[in-house]
Amino acid sequence: MLDTAKRRAMLRQMILVRAFEEKLEELYQRKAMFGSTHSYRGQEAIAVGVCSALQSTDLIASYHRGTGHLIAKGADLYMLLCECMGREEGYSKGRGGKMHMGDMSFGFIGNTGTVGGTVPTATGAALSAKVRGSKEVVVSFFGDGAANQGVVHESMNLAGVWKLPVIYVCENNQYAMTVSLEKSVAVKQLSVRGAAYGFEGKTIDGNDVEAVHEATEQAVAKGRSGGGATFLECITYRWDGHFGGDPGTGYRTKEEVESWKQKCPIKRLKEKLIAEGHLTEEEFQKTSDAVYAELDAVAKRAEAAPLPKKAVVLDAVYATSEVSHG
Amino acid sequence: MADSANATPATKEMRMQEALREALRSEMARDPRVFVMGEDVALFGGAYGVTRGLMQEFGEKRVLDTPISEAALVGLAVGAAINGMRPVVEIQFADLLPLAMDQLASHAARYHYMTGGRVNVPMLIRTKFATRAGGGPSHSSCNHGAFIHFPGLKIIMPTTPADAKGLVLSAIRDPNPVLCFESHHLYGIRGPVPEGDYTVPIGKAAVRRAGKDLTIVTCGGMVLKADAAAELLKPKGIDIEIVDLRSLAPLDKETILNSVAKTKRAIVLDEGPMIGGISAELAALIQENLFSDLKGPVVRIAAQPIPPPHSPPLVDAMIPDVDQVVDAVMRLAEGGRLL
Repeated sequence: MLDTAKRRAMLRQMILVRAFEEKLEELYQRKAMFGSTHSYRGQEAIAVGVCSALQSTDLIASYHRGTGHLIAKGADLYMLLCECMGREEGYSKGRGGKMHMGDMSFGFIGNTGTVGGTVPTATGAALSAKVRGSKEVVVSFFGDGAANQGVVHESMNLAGVWKLPVIYVCENNQYAMTVSLEKSVAVKQLSVRGAAYGFEGKTIDGNDVEAVHEATEQAVAKGRSGGGATFLECITYRWDGHFGGDPGTGYRTKEEVESWKQKCPIKRLKEKLIAEGHLTEEEFQKTSDAVYAELDAVAKRAEAAPLPKKAVVLDAVYATSEVSHG
Repeated sequence: MADSANATPATKEMRMQEALREALRSEMARDPRVFVMGEDVALFGGAYGVTRGLMQEFGEKRVLDTPISEAALVGLAVGAAINGMRPVVEIQFADLLPLAMDQLASHAARYHYMTGGRVNVPMLIRTKFATRAGGGPSHSSCNHGAFIHFPGLKIIMPTTPADAKGLVLSAIRDPNPVLCFESHHLYGIRGPVPEGDYTVPIGKAAVRRAGKDLTIVTCGGMVLKADAAAELLKPKGIDIEIVDLRSLAPLDKETILNSVAKTKRAIVLDEGPMIGGISAELAALIQENLFSDLKGPVVRIAAQPIPPPHSPPLVDAMIPDVDQVVDAVMRLAEGGRLL
């Protein structure tokens, strides 16, 4: 059972993850950021539940819908927003944008826009951990759409064969862009695939941050002690469209979206804490207001930050020296 | 061969496979971050024997036999490299690289740039190439030219056993992803290999034969054909210079252009398909920089635009031969003489 302080911290993190998405949406609407958004609203319990069960030396790899994972792992909000906005002070100095970052100083291997593309990267990082005899555990975040990419199967097979300390966290939000899961796979649960690779697969409620945390803790303990990989399928729902500008309708009914909003992971933990007497409505509002105000301030700074200069266009195509892994 | 890190080291005669093995073994002994993975590389020692004995010497943790999963192998190498290792992956045929194209082109090649320089991907992928009779459409491609389109990848192609050792040592130590194309035709050829810590810098071409009348810019197994053509042309009083690229990316523009500026005539010779390949790139490079100095057009000789066939006469018709090179030189000559 998680202590109250930790649960309240997780609640705050979920608010922050959601507020960040809403800030991006606002910036996108008024064309203050480049490229599209991939809203994580509705899925916050997964990023927060998983990352709160990791140590700072553990690693994560993410994907296009990745800002929530970065925030939960400890990314700097200013640098993250700067990157979304193509600024020189962003994580990737404006070279990568929202879908392409990486910074091992906080255990973030990277994310890319190839669906499923970072699953082998995460698996390889876990191979490194095993070869070096370190105690790191690696989390590979991906969606239900990625679950059908060949390289994901190949990677999981290798993780099974080599008993790698990796946790495959499949965020099953039930749609790969507009195509539903039932049109994409013939099984009821993606987690059955774990058995095909020789490790445990579990389907859990991805909107229950405590359940996600607990399942991750178990998988981490197993990975750290040499027990190998785990497949965690977290059932959830993306409230918004696939990308900024996609209303998210046409392939989903309003009733379906609304029913999932009722299963809001933030509301769920909030109401539980209030019922248990560990939180008041006023305290929640105060926390929420503080988070949104903090983001407003950070966004103002990021908007005022400089864009890259054209003169640096050829910089850093090749590495010229080793980086230190902080 | 003036690129050695050491001054006049002792040499030992060996084949390219042995030189490659020596490079892998010495670097594994020197750097615990280096490990090898690939299909059949451990117990069997690799399809071409390059990794023979490494598993016995360094253990199963550092020499890993893998299932047949080329895309994941390259992808895992990317992750292992980011997380502090120096992986070496063997892909049995260059024809299989397209299976791993996304991991190579959109991940390995781009990570450093797209993270603003925060992440490095120091890894080496070794593969065998070269069209030959019996290889056929899926085991004998010369697809090296396709990979020059991806900024961030380094590409090497050793021609001599010495370069094989020196380039591979440099590649493992390089902070970038490096793709090494090893020619089927060159594996068995013996040559002197400097002992000890011998490196050849990536991005430096070699002048294999000095001459004053015409430059042939080429790479891999075609260096031997260029040399055979040069020998045939010598009695005609035509003095050929041969530039062996050794690295396709980055290109050693300086050595190429210096040579052609001197000879004022250039042929580019490649085993891969002509369209959009390294021969196209070289021809454009030379004429863009030296147009007014040239005494004739830059002539391209490269493979016919067909998939690599199975039967010997078809292969012979596809791949440039020595006669073609001699003919091209004579076409550039005026009245049978280079003026």
